[in-house]
Amino acid sequence: MILVTNLGFVLLSLGALFTLARLVQGPSLADRVVATDLLLTLLVMGIAVLSARTGESTYLIVMVIVAMVGFFGTAMVARFIERRGA
Amino acid sequence: MSISTVISAALILVGCALGLLGGVGLYRFPDVLGRMHAATKPPTLGLVLVAVAAILRVDQLAGATLLVLVILLQFLTAPVGAHMVARASYESGDQLDEATVIDDLSQAEPPEQFP
Repeated sequence: MILVTNLGFVLLSLGALFTLARLVQGPSLADRVVATDLLLTLLVMGIAVLSARTGESTYLIVMVIVAMVGFFGTAMVARFIERRGA
Repeated sequence: MSISTVISAALILVGCALGLLGGVGLYRFPDVLGRMHAATKPPTLGLVLVAVAAILRVDQLAGATLLVLVILLQFLTAPVGAHMVARASYESGDQLDEATVIDDLSQAEPPEQFP
């Protein structure tokens, strides 16, 4: 289980690296919003892998909060883009 | 090593690979809608798989309940957020890539023949 979760963390970190590259490059603001959303989803997946590794349920409430903050942030920036443009 | 540990290890591997796929797709696709297509769906499935793997492993019932709540939240909010970002991006005038041939929202005539 330790080996598998280590491998999972490596895969998630590679995905987050690509996402960060898009977040820095991203030509438009919408690209950056999508990248931030994916980054938070990867963070939630990482917390789930951590709790599967240890068997504890201490950090699970952080998952719920991060998922909700991700959605609210995405919705707000989408409204902002719609009003301001580009 | 019990059977539930093996199942949860396999689910973690597949789910994390889907998360990596989402990142690669987000980096490789040419325009915002394509990137959103890659960044929304595979990581959602990956999150569901990883959460099911964690459900098999956590020690308390309360933890499993929170994981089910996270799955439901992701299924409810991911399409709504993606739809809002896509509409805002299209209406604010982001250019589509020329590889994107079908644009159902534009008022122009559709091309005669799709490649």
